[in-house]
Amino acid sequence: MRYRNATAYRFLTPYLLIFAIFWIWPIISSFLISFQATRTVPWRFAPTFNWGRLIGDPAFFNALKNTLLILVIQVPVMISLAIVMAVLLNSPLLKARGLYRFAFFAPVVVGEVAYSAVFRLMFSLDFGIINKLLNSVGLPKIDWFSNVTPAMALIMIAVTWRWAGYNAIIILAGLQSIPEDVYEAATLDRVSKVRQFFHITLPLLKPVIVFCAVLSIIGTMQLFTEPFLITERGGPGGGTETLGLLLYRQGFRSLNFGYASAIAYTMAGLAIAITLVQLWLTREPK
Amino acid sequence: MTSRSQRRLGRSILLHLVLTPLALVWLFPLWMMVVFSTMPDNGIFSPGIELLPHDGFLDNVNNLQRDTNFVGAIGISVSVAVTYTFLSVLLTSMAGWALARYEFLGKGIVVAIILGTITLPYAVVLIPQFIMVARDFQLANTWIALIVPPLFNSLGVLFMRQAFSMMPAELFDAARVEGVKEWRIFLFVALPLARPMLAALAIILFLASWNNYLWPLLINSQPGAMTAPVALGTLIGLTKVSWGGIMAGAVMLTVPMLIVFVLLQRHFIAGIAAGAVK
Repeated sequence: MRYRNATAYRFLTPYLLIFAIFWIWPIISSFLISFQATRTVPWRFAPTFNWGRLIGDPAFFNALKNTLLILVIQVPVMISLAIVMAVLLNSPLLKARGLYRFAFFAPVVVGEVAYSAVFRLMFSLDFGIINKLLNSVGLPKIDWFSNVTPAMALIMIAVTWRWAGYNAIIILAGLQSIPEDVYEAATLDRVSKVRQFFHITLPLLKPVIVFCAVLSIIGTMQLFTEPFLITERGGPGGGTETLGLLLYRQGFRSLNFGYASAIAYTMAGLAIAITLVQLWLTREPK
Repeated sequence: MTSRSQRRLGRSILLHLVLTPLALVWLFPLWMMVVFSTMPDNGIFSPGIELLPHDGFLDNVNNLQRDTNFVGAIGISVSVAVTYTFLSVLLTSMAGWALARYEFLGKGIVVAIILGTITLPYAVVLIPQFIMVARDFQLANTWIALIVPPLFNSLGVLFMRQAFSMMPAELFDAARVEGVKEWRIFLFVALPLARPMLAALAIILFLASWNNYLWPLLINSQPGAMTAPVALGTLIGLTKVSWGGIMAGAVMLTVPMLIVFVLLQRHFIAGIAAGAVK
């Protein structure tokens, strides 16, 4: 292909313009804002104002702790579940495949607000269907909203319900790209299905699984709507407050843009670290 | 031979025994959303277990409309999602076309920056976007605020680049020899060939706009300018509000998308699975 600068940039300009205005500039801008005291008019440069506050702020460490706790538990559970769903949905023995696919993939189209409302109602203390069902089999009610541990569990259950099928779709596509003859050879050698799964399927799926894990980690790291709506602004008493929620409160309730930007860049730092780990995990073997 | 087919039957039964309860658990919240949306509030907050729909859906729609102008909000959501999808498909396919079919100065840099944003948290751009749109441009509570800033998306461009680069070059070269202009080749040769990919992209973008919550919550917070998810979200947590109404709203947001999903499942899944295509 010969160089066609003018034509290429004519096609690219609208996209690049939006990109520059609404992404490139904000990326730089929020970095600069994080070094300014933004609650005085005009804003003034104060390099340690927000970052100094951040490292001594118990609310920040609480949100960081909650976010990491959700990450460490929810993401592995969800990815494992998604692998199970994908593998079972891919089985040639499955009947009524369409129904099962609908069941697992339907949450992908459900909006955060709609499902947060349903989960909130389903898990309510006295009239929630979940507690009624627990009672009917002789188990005690769980107060999902007043205690930290059940509240965290509820957030993780909700997020897992919403996103497991999404990851299963991606993993299923990965499964279907594995050539059949790999398994045929193994079956001829009388390798059991379970061993085939662990020694053929999983290693071949590794790049896809790592991709899903990274997207899920970055998504979960920014978790906002579920603790905002389901557990009512990160309740009980900040027990489910996440970095996303803290950023919202600081940035858009207290209008403290400088501090909120510092929180945003902390999230970016975590994301970059996770991406580097991903690149390292999926590097080409020498 | 019999033992092998018996083993197959056993495995098939086991498979369905594992998958069926899991599928029922997964469908349960959606089912309950529908059930709640048909029940009066004193039915939702009663001690009995109700697992079947009643006939109060329209009453609940009325209750919801009394709490907030949900019909108006749906109107905004539909218009914004349609406009957004059209503009975004156009923008991303133009950019994807340029990246796939031309050699140009700075191409490597453009691709690298787009790739770099995939794993960057949205939180990093949120605050400056808000300051810019609300304060500098004074565009809060307008359609432009809802449509324009989310137009940038990286996965869509990479998806379209992939789609265009798989097409044989002879198709376009033949047109060039005839003297057809590049933009006509793009519009009348390339785009029609990319129809399945455009459909997948459009569905994903429409859904993203329809369900978008955080940005519309921040930028269009005035009652008359809210999208449907934002309007519904304001009711959650209020005390004097009809929960049957909220559930009717959730159903109105969800069921149309479920129908689209069932009808266009193939495109939907292609669009999502494309996230993993390198």
